[in-house]
Order: sequence, then structure tokens, then C-alpha cells
Amino acid sequence: MTSSADSSSWPLWEVFIRSSRGLSHVHAGSLHAPDATMAIRNARDLYTRRNEGTSVWVVPAAAIMASDPDSKGAYFESAQGKSYRHATYYTQSEGVKHL
Amino acid sequence: MSPQNHQHAPLHLADEGDAAAALAEAEAGQNRFEEIIAEDSRVEPRDWMPESYRKSLVRQVSQHAHSEIIGMQPEGNWISRAPSLKRKAILMAKVQDEAGHGLYLYSAAETLGRPREEMYDQLYTGKAKYSSIFNYPARTWADIGAIGWLVDGAAIVNQVPLCRASYGPYGRAMVRICKEESFHQRQGWEILHSLSHGTQAQHQMAQEAVDRFYGPALQMFGPPDGDSPNSQQSMEWKIKRFTNDELRQRFVDMLVPQVEALGLTLPDPELKWNEERGHYDFGDLDWDEFFAVIKGNGPLSRQRLEHYRKARDEGAWVREAAVAYANRASRNEDHDQAALIGA
Repeated sequence: MTSSADSSSWPLWEVFIRSSRGLSHVHAGSLHAPDATMAIRNARDLYTRRNEGTSVWVVPAAAIMASDPDSKGAYFESAQGKSYRHATYYTQSEGVKHL
Repeated sequence: MSPQNHQHAPLHLADEGDAAAALAEAEAGQNRFEEIIAEDSRVEPRDWMPESYRKSLVRQVSQHAHSEIIGMQPEGNWISRAPSLKRKAILMAKVQDEAGHGLYLYSAAETLGRPREEMYDQLYTGKAKYSSIFNYPARTWADIGAIGWLVDGAAIVNQVPLCRASYGPYGRAMVRICKEESFHQRQGWEILHSLSHGTQAQHQMAQEAVDRFYGPALQMFGPPDGDSPNSQQSMEWKIKRFTNDELRQRFVDMLVPQVEALGLTLPDPELKWNEERGHYDFGDLDWDEFFAVIKGNGPLSRQRLEHYRKARDEGAWVREAAVAYANRASRNEDHDQAALIGA
């Protein structure tokens, strides 16, 4: 077995599928492929065998930046305790129409 | 997302301060992990997780992936001999699905930090295990029906609860797989139904296939609970949701009305409804055979592995060519870029 040409030495791609017009592309999974063209083709075969998609994106996994999972609490904290950002915070208008 | 997922940083301890910090981090991680499991939330790739949880998952998910890949063989063998063009097209779609399922699962295992190549190598060298059911031959066309109905049927019963496995990527892969698997089971049942309602010889062929696959399919749930040491831990981690015996019972209860609708019988004289339990009682399975097959002494254990190696070796030049092409294309691109900047 020639490990240098093993498919795992192909870069990893993340696959995003748009299931129908009007919807966003959603992460479907990942795969290995030698280049973008093959990645798109493999993504079609792997993730759209049953009409799941009308459009496919592939992104080199190495190009994705992600937030630090350990700082989860602190990082997203500023959204906490700000219930006034939601319409349900305002109750005086109850019973008043179209408001 | 996968790339960063792979960094479950090994701890390089420079001094005692670092050691203390690492210990505190592990303790916080362990607490958070236990919270996630307790509230039935999901563990995601970059979360801290106990090494034993990671190891156990890598083993289960990669074995599952290998099973899908080897599972293509008994059926692939019948593509050229399917009795009609429609059956051939169906079988090809099913075998293609199995390849897809293997790839979803390898991707999930990869998020745990296990390189793809290592998993392929483990299967290639025979170090990795896969479901022993695939070491049985598919002798007749009716066996393709029995495999779909019984083997994929057992797989579904096993896999539906795995959609809620505590490890996010595994659960998500299982959701996709379960959606596709139900076609597999139905097409198998239909093959058996056609044969069972055909000539006397076809009916007998269907019955013999059910007789062959019933026992091995029931064993797909694993050894009885008393002999399944990993089960308890796996249930505490909420990877598994039901014990082997619970799932086996559920499967038998489902099979009885289905086999009646086929006009066939299950090869177990002890099979009968137990009013008190509200379940069917069934006879003991041949566990000596099961463990012999697991140890590599199945009817086709050697052939399955040889075929996998052959396919891998013979496909090597394609993978090499694809890499060479990609490298040349990217060099040309660099060259064009340089020319552009130069101009």
C-alpha cells in the first residue's frame, strides 16, 4: 500500500448543501478529496443521492476558523441577561392590536 | 467542524505549574462533560471528554464504518447476477449507500482525532474488527432478500437509538444512515415476498435463506447482557440507550408478524408468545459459533479481507494520479499568479 497516495493524504473538505431555493446552505458533513473539483463531485455523490440538494459548497476544512469551545460561557455571555432584546420583554401593549 | 476538532491537545507538561493547570482543566472538563451527559445534551468534537470515552467511541464508530465497507461485498457479488434490470439498479443503489454510510462514519470517527489513513490501515492489516455477519456468504438470490430484511432490519433496530448517541457527530451520521436504511430493509422483504409467492422451488429458496440468516442476524446485537462488559459503561455515557438483549427482543417481536406476512417461518421451535411478558420467547443462539466467527473463523473471513486489500491495492494508481493532477494544477496556478504579479 502506498500511503503517500492514500486518500487520507488528500485534504479534508467540509460540505454545505442548499436543499432548495430560498434556503441557506447547511453543513452536511465532510470528505477527503485531492482538489476542489473532485470534492464537489464526491460531495454530490455522497450527500445528495436522494435529491437532498440544489447546490453544493465545499470549503477546505483548514480554512475554517472556529471560536474556542472552552470560552463558551464567557464568550457568549453578553447576550445573556438582555431580555429587552426580545419583543416578549414588553408587556404593556398586551391587548393592543397590530403591536 | 472537523479540522480544529482534531486538536485534542496532548498535554506537554513543562513544569509543575503547568501540571497543576492541566489538572484543574481536566477537572473542569470532567465536570462539564458529566453535566452534558446528565442533561442529555450532546458532546461535540472540541469539547473536553474523558480519554476512555474518546477511545470507546473511536472503536465503536470505526468498527461500524468498517462493517459498512465490508458489508458491500456479499451484495456486490450479486449485482451482475440480479434477476432483472430493476433489481440490479436497486442493488447498486443499496451498495452505493453502504459505501456512503462507511464514509459518514469514518468522518465522524475522524472528528475524535483518529486519522482516516490509520483506520483504513487497521482494516487492511486485519487489526480492526467489523460485524461478523458479513463473513457469511450470500449463496442464493434469496439470501440478498434475507440480508435486506433481517440484517438491515437488525441494523435499523440497533441504529435508531444511536441517533440519540451522546456524541454529536455520531448521532448525526446515524440520522442520515437510518433514513436510507429503511429502503434497504423493505427491498429485501419484497425480494423474499416475490420468491415466497412464486414457484415451489422459489418459495423453498426464500425459506432456506431465512433459515440461514435468522440466527446470525439476532447475534448482530452482540452477546447476551451478562457477557457484554462494555455495555454498562456505554449506557452510562448515553452512547447506547438499550442493552443487547432488549434490542434483540424488540427485533424478534417485530419479525414474527413480518414473517407471517411473507408466508414463511422462523427457524426456532421455541419461538412462542408469552402473554405474561408481553413478548415472544425464543430459543438460545449458537454463541460458540458467534465467538468463533468474531475470532476470524467465519466462513468467508479470509476472503472478505483479501478482497478489500485487492480493491485497495488496485485502486492505488487512481489515488496517486489524482494527487499528481492536483499538485500539478496548483503549481500551474502558482506560476500564473507569479506571472501576473511580475507583469
